[in-house]
Amino acid sequence: MSDLEPTTPGGPTDREIIGPGHTFGSVTDKISSIVLTRKTPMFWTVGFGIGFLLTILMLFAIGTLFVRGVGIWGVNAPVGWGFAIVNFVWWIGIGHAGTLISAILLLLRQEWRTSINRFAEAMTLFAVAQAGMYPILHLGRPWLAYWLTPYPNTMALWPQWRSPLVWDVFAVSTYATVSLLFWFVGLIPDLATLRDRSKKKLPQIVYGMLAMGWRGSAMHWHRYDMAYLLLAGIATPLVVSVHTVVSFDFTIGIIPGWHSTIFPPYFVAGAIYGGFAMVLTIAIPLRAVYRLEDFVTLRHLQNMAKILLATGLIVGYGYMIEAFMSWYSGSPYEKFMMWNRMTGPYAPIFWGLMLCNIVTPQFLWWKSVRTSPLGLWIIAVIVNIGMWLERFVIVITSLHRDFLPSSWGMYYPTGFDWATYIGTIGFFVALFFLFIRFLPMISIFEMRTLVPEAEAVKEPEP
Amino acid sequence: MKSLPVYPQPQRPRFWRSLEELEGIERREETSQEALAWAKGMDRRELFKFGGVSLALAGLTACTRQPTEKIIPYVRQPEEIKPGTPLFFATAMPLSGYATGLLVESHMGRPTKVEGNPLHPASLGATDLFSQASIYGLYDPDRSQSLTYLGEIRAWPAFLSAMRLAVEKAREKKGAGLRILTETVGSPTLGAQLRALLMELPEAKWHQWEPANRDNAWAGAAMAFGQPLDPVLDVSKADVILSLDADFFSCGPGHLKSVADFAARRRTRNRTAMNRLYCVEAAPGVTGASADHRLPMRASQVEAFARTVAALVGGGGGGASSASPFAQAVAEDLKAHRGKSLVVAGDYQPPAVHAIAHALNDALGNTGQTVSWIEPIPVKPESHADSFRRLVADMESGAVETLVIVGGNPAFTAPGDLGFAKALDKVKVSAHLSLHQDETSTLCRWHVPEAHYLESWSDARAFDGTASILQPLIAPLYGGKTAHEVIAALTSQPERTSYEIVRDYWKDRMGGDFEGAWRRALHDGVIEGSASARKTVRAGSTTGREGQAPPLRHEAGGRTDLEIQFRADPTVYDGRFANNGWLQELPKAVTKLTWDNAVLLAPATAKKLNVASEDVLRLTWDGRSVEAPAWIVPGHAEDSATLHFGYGRTHAGTLGSKTGFSASALQSSKALAGGSGLEIAKAGRTYALVTTQHHQNMEGRAIVRAATLEEFEKTPEFAHEMEEAPGPEESMYAHYPPHEYAWAMAIDLNACTGCGACTLACQAENNIPTVGKKEVSRGHAMHWIRVDRYFEGSEANPATYHQPVPCMHCENAPCELVCPVGATVHSAEGLNDMVYNRCVGTRYCANNCPYKVRHFNYFHYGTQFRPPSMRMLANPEVTVRWRGVMEKCTYCVQRITVAKIGAEKENRRVRDGEIVTACQQACPAKAIVFGDLADASSEVSNARKSPANYGLLEDLGTRPRTTYLAAVRNPNPSLEKTGVWDVERKTS
Amino acid sequence: MKPRRPPHPLHGLLAEFETPGNLIEAARRAREAGYTRMDAYTPYPIHELTEALALPRTKLPLIVFAGGAIGCATALGMQWFSAVVHYPINVGGRPLASWPSFIPITFELTVLFAAIAAVLGMLGLNGLPMPFHPVFSVPRFALASRDRFFLAIESTDPKFDTARTAEFLRSLGAREVNEVER
Repeated sequence: MSDLEPTTPGGPTDREIIGPGHTFGSVTDKISSIVLTRKTPMFWTVGFGIGFLLTILMLFAIGTLFVRGVGIWGVNAPVGWGFAIVNFVWWIGIGHAGTLISAILLLLRQEWRTSINRFAEAMTLFAVAQAGMYPILHLGRPWLAYWLTPYPNTMALWPQWRSPLVWDVFAVSTYATVSLLFWFVGLIPDLATLRDRSKKKLPQIVYGMLAMGWRGSAMHWHRYDMAYLLLAGIATPLVVSVHTVVSFDFTIGIIPGWHSTIFPPYFVAGAIYGGFAMVLTIAIPLRAVYRLEDFVTLRHLQNMAKILLATGLIVGYGYMIEAFMSWYSGSPYEKFMMWNRMTGPYAPIFWGLMLCNIVTPQFLWWKSVRTSPLGLWIIAVIVNIGMWLERFVIVITSLHRDFLPSSWGMYYPTGFDWATYIGTIGFFVALFFLFIRFLPMISIFEMRTLVPEAEAVKEPEP
Repeated sequence: MKSLPVYPQPQRPRFWRSLEELEGIERREETSQEALAWAKGMDRRELFKFGGVSLALAGLTACTRQPTEKIIPYVRQPEEIKPGTPLFFATAMPLSGYATGLLVESHMGRPTKVEGNPLHPASLGATDLFSQASIYGLYDPDRSQSLTYLGEIRAWPAFLSAMRLAVEKAREKKGAGLRILTETVGSPTLGAQLRALLMELPEAKWHQWEPANRDNAWAGAAMAFGQPLDPVLDVSKADVILSLDADFFSCGPGHLKSVADFAARRRTRNRTAMNRLYCVEAAPGVTGASADHRLPMRASQVEAFARTVAALVGGGGGGASSASPFAQAVAEDLKAHRGKSLVVAGDYQPPAVHAIAHALNDALGNTGQTVSWIEPIPVKPESHADSFRRLVADMESGAVETLVIVGGNPAFTAPGDLGFAKALDKVKVSAHLSLHQDETSTLCRWHVPEAHYLESWSDARAFDGTASILQPLIAPLYGGKTAHEVIAALTSQPERTSYEIVRDYWKDRMGGDFEGAWRRALHDGVIEGSASARKTVRAGSTTGREGQAPPLRHEAGGRTDLEIQFRADPTVYDGRFANNGWLQELPKAVTKLTWDNAVLLAPATAKKLNVASEDVLRLTWDGRSVEAPAWIVPGHAEDSATLHFGYGRTHAGTLGSKTGFSASALQSSKALAGGSGLEIAKAGRTYALVTTQHHQNMEGRAIVRAATLEEFEKTPEFAHEMEEAPGPEESMYAHYPPHEYAWAMAIDLNACTGCGACTLACQAENNIPTVGKKEVSRGHAMHWIRVDRYFEGSEANPATYHQPVPCMHCENAPCELVCPVGATVHSAEGLNDMVYNRCVGTRYCANNCPYKVRHFNYFHYGTQFRPPSMRMLANPEVTVRWRGVMEKCTYCVQRITVAKIGAEKENRRVRDGEIVTACQQACPAKAIVFGDLADASSEVSNARKSPANYGLLEDLGTRPRTTYLAAVRNPNPSLEKTGVWDVERKTS
Repeated sequence: MKPRRPPHPLHGLLAEFETPGNLIEAARRAREAGYTRMDAYTPYPIHELTEALALPRTKLPLIVFAGGAIGCATALGMQWFSAVVHYPINVGGRPLASWPSFIPITFELTVLFAAIAAVLGMLGLNGLPMPFHPVFSVPRFALASRDRFFLAIESTDPKFDTARTAEFLRSLGAREVNEVER
């Protein structure tokens, strides 16, 4: 399959966002062939298999949880929230990059977003799916989770609107819905392409139904563009709000280490930070195995690296201010909390977090690092770990020693905590492999706008 | 039989046991699987399932069974008795010969809650740990349920004929060879029965043994007065108190009254002159924790200290010159309060110390004022150690043919040097009456299930002689027999019931109209005017007593100068409560350990031995050794180790077996209290001990606020200066309009001794489950009111503060704000309500509670860990919580509601003091006050007006309804200058 | 009001172009030639077509705004009604109407309703889903989703005449002109 090889040896430079010599046809064939014509490669089977097995592990852990009760986890008094909430915040954060790329970068007319937004959005959806599970699992009586939603009932029972957990329900479900719509709308024209290009009956029917009879009429494109733009405009404040609301879970509490006004901004920054790290973690291997260097070019990697560096610095600033404020507050509880984080029983985790999130990204000042896929990938993975540690520090070290020394305690995760966490990672991987197998992982119709033929007729931007 | 795990048969000589062993093996196979499961090491849940299922029948049928004889309810509001409303019956709980009067709540013939009897001198309405938890023992699923011979079920008549046979055989030899072993007998009726029996069979002998006995006290009294006597303390009259290693707040005759009297003189809000308590002791105890001056001192040093004080007081030369400042200060203080001071010697101190204490009280003119003397309450005041040693000697010599053990568990409690178990093999006919198939039962041929005291007719006397009739609240659940009936079995009329026996005893002792007197006795719980007459006695002068003093301590001839001391366990006592989940899970007052005992060491000693808490130590003393985990206790005397006996049971039951280690194995009958020459080696292992409080100091936070009396008088509102808090009106929000009632609680930290009775009472009243050692270790303990304990000052001799922490019922409750489903909301009366069936279990409220008083059902504790028989124990007024639900203190809302309904019926407001919460009711110190803030004259309103009143973490703006009265200690100014710790250094 | 003409046997004519440039040019010329009922089919959105075909402004923004407004009102109304009217109870001593606490949910529902309105509005106005459309019957139309550009002149156009219009389209440089069956 010649059209799969980079059209210029060595691929595009770090200035281009698409390899030279591509035509409407070549981009269309190259991307759609991954789904339609090429036979399933070995690594796909292996990757999906691993993901699937871990999913089974997750289901086992959840089953046990429902049968025996949340006591099988390490949570206790005083640490009433453990891995569940840590993972919840971690996954939600990861999701943010997708929406950010597809919405904010679209509004900013960043054309390089085109080749990465599709799977970034998929990543968002799957990450939110993982995150969404945890708040329900961590309930003492999960089967009553629907009590957190407003529904008509004869006993005049409503959610308690002052609780951040209720805000969470609305924020996360809204986020999931909007991301899904955004993603699907983006898919429609490509589904039409797959419908028209597939040779077999079944795909034709399935893709045909999903494409809803899209035929690329100019008037349709006109409204479509408008809708897409509006969605982007709506999703932009949403993506900021979601992690803000998540941070309210902590800031509304009175626990030292939670009760802080800096949380919303630095939670959002942290989310983008962790999100882009995850995009890189996925994009780099993907472009390698599917030979997509033409579409996901070094420039893409570089830009993302720069965003990583910038948000990393914001997050670092957040840590600094948090420490400063706990001293400046003059409150003995706040002071002790920070001191306990740095020197207490969980100090190694705190310093590990500093190493991963503050020190590591500094390597991105060097262009040589930013343009080396392997180096970037390693940094991205470290940042992912760092962001998880951050949530652990916030949730556990704040709770385990609060106001009354008599009630101080420790938190140790159990096997079930780990099984659930690793299980969701597996579930995420499995979903992602299904996605790259059955849907175009790069937006075909948007790639078409980048080929020279299209550029030729474009009017200059006003 | 099925419910009982089958234990390996005890080792006996093969030549005549082989048959039983064969049987034993068969039985192990064909009966209960839980024995196998036990071998597999099943968890408590499964075990309870087995025990429970098999018990369901016995238990549930029993719950409607009424005693046939007429018993008289204690009527609280006679005109309001209705079916469905609980009745209260007066009875009394005998423990080691002394009674505590109780009122037992009974729902439709099912006793559910033990409360103190205000009319009873030893209770005054309060309860101690053991009486409060005793009702758990009544429903204990592991109780013995059938009379057995060599493990085979037999009928009562079979036992009777066996006994008749044995007695007839003995009669030929005037009773020689017949021995009866009891615990301390406090029941006059039982005493009379035994006397009669011995009259009939002069050669038969009656022995007494229990490990926590009063040998020393009686010997000391004998030294001082020439006869054993019991003291009656009146702490309320004492301005200065000196405790010579006496923990007279937590155990011993009349301890509840002593606490009440002591606390009455500590309240900052009623302006009585505050008393002052000095305490010298080795292991920090409840009494020492409340002392104004506590001096850690090895038990062996106490006598020398006592002599010094005596010399200083008596003006005699003896050691006065070398006297420590502490001793001098104490002596001065005592002298300054002649007739208004009190010296108390501890039961574990040698007789000489008691003698000196008595002499001191005499010299200070306290006798008749703060302490008076009566004939001992127990029927036969003798040395248990001697009596028991004689018995074992005779058993070994084969002189004992028939041994009837009435109560107690000698096979477990016998000091290691006696080898009682081995001697028991030589006895041909042995019978054991006990609540459980325990260590002794398995060694005896006959086992008779004992009737719980709540199932029994009997009588008992309080520390001051006041007699009470014990009336059964329920017919014996498992056909248990009383001691009276077993003794009767040895007489010519074996069939008499204890009801007849007890009535007959009192017939000619209750004066004119017997029926009336009997009814009143049952109704009141006390027999009027039965208190013993005070004796006027003179103790000889202290000087010259040194000569008479018996050898002070047992020197085991070890190489070290390490000292060992044995004490009864603070919660499971001598082991009889080992299978009582409530007591097992109750954190011990000072160590806060649960489910285990440990070797208590001073920090300095631990450092010297290079030992850390939870290190397993090999203790060798007097030629025997045990392995036990160490626990470092600030304030413990150096070079001394404290071991609590009562743990290490092997046949206690599901909960009690395999917890802790047995200290009695190390004990010596020659020195029950221990002695010097202890050798400690590290075993190289560690053993996980479980405590409910990991952090001991306040980190400089104003949690327990304390000052000296001086400071308090200078600045009464010192408590508020320690932390600035927003005023009641400083809020961003308009307050909700006041309601007819505003419930609130005030806890007097100055009165609280930290005993933990409130925790138990709350557990009993509110159906709070016990969760077991593993769950406690995972931070899943459920107690609604916990008693925090903080140390302040040097770890060698810190000041100790106790702080009971229930829900604060904050008016701006952080927990309510964050609950997503409104499962915890505020009532108009100011209660922080918990709506169990609305709770989904996010645990956000617990996280956001700064007091951490919310407890979560991580598993199905409410029912999983509760076998059917235990369900009979549940209070029908209180929901049993489900898995995944948050729970916490409700201010006993069920009691509030009952009172309000009553008040509404009479169309009036609830009167002050009409509502008594469970914790408040149990507290012997009356440290807890509950009532209505809307009523400006209520006791709680007054308490809150006190300048010492403060709210915990008030600066968070939570506006708690539960507030505290700051602790005010009354140190001796002359000692304060140097500081107790410096003094202690000089002495040692 | 002139009488309605009988339905024309054809849906229209479909002209295929190689490049977007040709298409735009053709569209512009066709409009100048007076054709009004036209539509173009392209593999990707070409903004230049908007003016070339003189496409009307879409009223999608209004729909989205309405959606957002409804969401906002719903959220505020629901929270106020349930907390103040339907289930008033003291929670943590806070006022019944704790407006600051109501804001996050209000925001989220505004966004949610607006987003749904945007998608449904777009599909609705476009008349999707529409499984069948006459242009699909032209075999080469499948390339409209790859690299070919089509201009359709529909039979409803007053100037429409099968022969002449086809001729006209060829004159615009169409690679091929197909009749579209109805």
